[in-house]
Amino acid sequence: MDTIYDKYEPVIGLEVHIQLLTRSKAYSSDANEYGNMPNTNIDPISLGHPGTLPKANKKVIEHAVKLGLACNCHITEVNQYARKNYFYADLPKGYQITQDKTPICTGGHITIKNDDGTEKQIFLTRIHMEEDAGKNIHDQAPYHTLVDLNRAGVPLLEMVSEPDIRKSEEAYKYLTEVRKLVRYLDICDGNMEEGSLRCDANISVMKKGSTEFGTKVEVKNMNSIRNVQRAIEYEIKRQIDLLENGESFPMETRNFDAVTGKTHSLRSKEAANDYRYFPEPDLQPVIISEKYIEQVRSTLPPLPDFLFKKYVNQYGLSEYDAGVITDSKSIALYFEDLIANTTNYKAAVNWLMGDIKSTLNQEALSIEKFPVKPAQIAALIQLIDENKISHTVASQKVYPKLLEQPDKSPYDIAEQNNWLQQNDANSLNEFINQVIGKYPDKVQDYKNGKTNLLGLFMGEVMKLSKGVADPKLINELLKKKLEE
Amino acid sequence: MALKTYFSFQEIQHDLQLGNLSCLDLVNDYIEKIHSQNDINAFLEIFEKSAVESAKLVDQKIKSGKAGRLAGLVIGIKDNICYKDHKVSASSKILEGFESVYSATVVERLLNEDAIIIGRLNCDEFAMGSSNENSAFGKVKNPLNKKMVPGGSSGGSTAAVAAGMCLAALGSDTGGSIRQPASFCGVVGLKPTYGRVSRHGLIAYASSFDQIGPITHNVEDAALILEVIAGKDEYDGTASSVPVKNYSALNFTGKAKIAYIRECLENEGLDPEIRSKINDTIAELKAAGHTVEAVDFPYLDYLVPAYYVLTTAEASSNLNRFDGVHYGYSSPNSFDLESTYKKTRSEGFGPEVKRRIMLGTFVLSAGYYDAYYSKAQKVRRVLTDKTNEILTDYDFILLPSTPGTAFEFGQKSGDPIKMYLEDIFTVQANLTGIPAISLPMGKHSNGMPFGIQLMAARFEEEKLLAFSKLMISLTDIKESSKAL
Repeated sequence: MDTIYDKYEPVIGLEVHIQLLTRSKAYSSDANEYGNMPNTNIDPISLGHPGTLPKANKKVIEHAVKLGLACNCHITEVNQYARKNYFYADLPKGYQITQDKTPICTGGHITIKNDDGTEKQIFLTRIHMEEDAGKNIHDQAPYHTLVDLNRAGVPLLEMVSEPDIRKSEEAYKYLTEVRKLVRYLDICDGNMEEGSLRCDANISVMKKGSTEFGTKVEVKNMNSIRNVQRAIEYEIKRQIDLLENGESFPMETRNFDAVTGKTHSLRSKEAANDYRYFPEPDLQPVIISEKYIEQVRSTLPPLPDFLFKKYVNQYGLSEYDAGVITDSKSIALYFEDLIANTTNYKAAVNWLMGDIKSTLNQEALSIEKFPVKPAQIAALIQLIDENKISHTVASQKVYPKLLEQPDKSPYDIAEQNNWLQQNDANSLNEFINQVIGKYPDKVQDYKNGKTNLLGLFMGEVMKLSKGVADPKLINELLKKKLEE
Repeated sequence: MALKTYFSFQEIQHDLQLGNLSCLDLVNDYIEKIHSQNDINAFLEIFEKSAVESAKLVDQKIKSGKAGRLAGLVIGIKDNICYKDHKVSASSKILEGFESVYSATVVERLLNEDAIIIGRLNCDEFAMGSSNENSAFGKVKNPLNKKMVPGGSSGGSTAAVAAGMCLAALGSDTGGSIRQPASFCGVVGLKPTYGRVSRHGLIAYASSFDQIGPITHNVEDAALILEVIAGKDEYDGTASSVPVKNYSALNFTGKAKIAYIRECLENEGLDPEIRSKINDTIAELKAAGHTVEAVDFPYLDYLVPAYYVLTTAEASSNLNRFDGVHYGYSSPNSFDLESTYKKTRSEGFGPEVKRRIMLGTFVLSAGYYDAYYSKAQKVRRVLTDKTNEILTDYDFILLPSTPGTAFEFGQKSGDPIKMYLEDIFTVQANLTGIPAISLPMGKHSNGMPFGIQLMAARFEEEKLLAFSKLMISLTDIKESSKAL
């Protein structure tokens, strides 16, 4: 049965702030590092001392172009910087250097996967470059607010989506994709708890079938993707409840409280600042040539969406497996390396998702720290494929040894430990003769029809071969002998 | 025993070479001359300790033959140029007591060539003014007639050079702040091409206009100082990488093509004696075989308004940083963040600075941006195109430096429009980014000096300086009034 909530359609747009992984700040040579002692990464430029001028960090432009290309954006040729003027204690210059009329990327989209397997594109309005402010600390001194300027001038990209999102789940998926993408591109660590990825949500609701958007509310202060989803859910319900009660609400900025799961009013939009944007006269416009764009494009890593489709369509992986592998860039890169060394994709997936994953879990390792190179795993797969060892031997004997001696070839490990399958009939017949000689009664029973005794004989032969004989071959030779 | 007054660096070098003079004697003598002319109020501070120390060091270097190109050049710097561990205030109460933690690029370059920086020179607050009446630390008197203003905003710099308190000075020129006071004090003042000299360490007034330049008794010294301070700088993205030429060669060969702007010469505000002097100069130049022709530039009325819209806009943002939170003056009457901003800035800034911040804030604010700021930007482009057109046909543009000679204190300070029109002949070079020099022409019947101005195309300082030198030898223009 339909509820009042089903009468409405939410309209959601997200603004994501992406803190860039660069060695230095956006406009000074100060280190861009998280977690240092307060006010240690501060040169006169970060402090906004009189007479200092910004100097643009070229890496910021490269990162912005990477993200733009990954999202299929149009890259702006002439990029002007702009000043956004306002007073706040964490903003030493009294203005933020950002972009206004010429954002470096326009258009483009992020693709999300609906639960039914279909895809939806969330379109982007723009991505622009800007600098972060410092941090005001309110809880360290009883009568003062302390200011830490380590973050002042740290480079950011702001990614603004069109109001294309209709459900909180879509927002969740959108942010998950964005985070995955920035990690693949290696431009941001994607850590929402530390604030290196931040999200503000613009939320309104309208009656289904309507073309006119409702009053927009901006919600801030969500420090996880899950909390963005929660905040949106709360806000949609709050807005619909008010409308159903015949009440209106103002256009405003609201704060999300993760403890209560509620949003509360922060400030009214009507009293918005006039930021007096104007072109930044201290920085020359940056001209981005086609040649530069192509150069950056050539350095792009394979992107998750591309890999997912390749694994499913070309390599026949299940969507689940492809999803798990592409979820993290490092796993995907390991897999890419692995399948560059073997064409047995099924075995490659099984090793990665099975033995390797459980080692990583047990040892609490990341794949970057996993000692065995993909080529070694590929060599192991080859040994199995060539019947030199059984899967069991590979998994239970060679693989654990390989973890201890990751540079030794799997073949050498198997050979030196006598784990290579003994596939020569002569020596196997030798073992078979021994077993038959040991159990004359049982042999008689077998011959009298107790054929299930074959398993016993097989086990004994395997034991004598120290577990490395090819079971198929034993089976064949044993039957032949018993039926002589 | 006071030393003789030196009027050129060549004389000083000559005496240093002969050994009849030491840098220490020279510095002590200048210090004495500064003290004995205290009433002029040109110096805000004598850097006695560091100047005496460097004098001793340079004397040793001269002895050991390792001295730099400017060894023995005793220079003052305008109080908006930063010198590490020395006070700098932009003649404003808001920076009273503030010490810079770094040196401006120009200071570094002067010191590298063994110039001796003797102190900081009074100016209009934040370089905003044309009479030096806007300093928070008292007005500067014109050494040629103490009832008269020295001009502004670099009035302390030109007065100090004219009065022999230092051989040369650095000023800054945003709309005529070097050339107008140079004209009033009878000295040479050069505003280089925008981007020729790094602005790193110059307390910004209007970023896209400001340039640092030399104030000297003659063209040779100006050329030498420019040669040392010019050139690209990693700390200023607007500093040009166009190579620095051999400016001090001062070798002009062939005949020049000179334009004079009809509207300037016919301007009814122009003092008749200055007009007739310029006409005489034109005749002398023609007699020497140069081509001098009138050109039309029907934009005179737009220069000053466009200049004031754009410079105040930039200033309103540049001066945000003086907010009482991070450094400089902070009002003792404030009790929270907002009152810190309001009281600090109300108490710290003088009336002219406040006027320009308000003007600039207005022209950038929502609803007025297009009518004022955007339009002024367009006007600036037109003015630049038209000026460049003239300079493709002609080597130089000849025009007066100022409409009249130095005026009395209080004569214009009550009427900002009147004061702003002082800049009518000088702002063209700043709006269009071209280099311009004011050369002392001689004396008016009222006893005061006045200047003639030459402008050239961007980065044509070599030609401009060489022709200035030639022009002085051709006409009866006197280098330096040598009034004392």
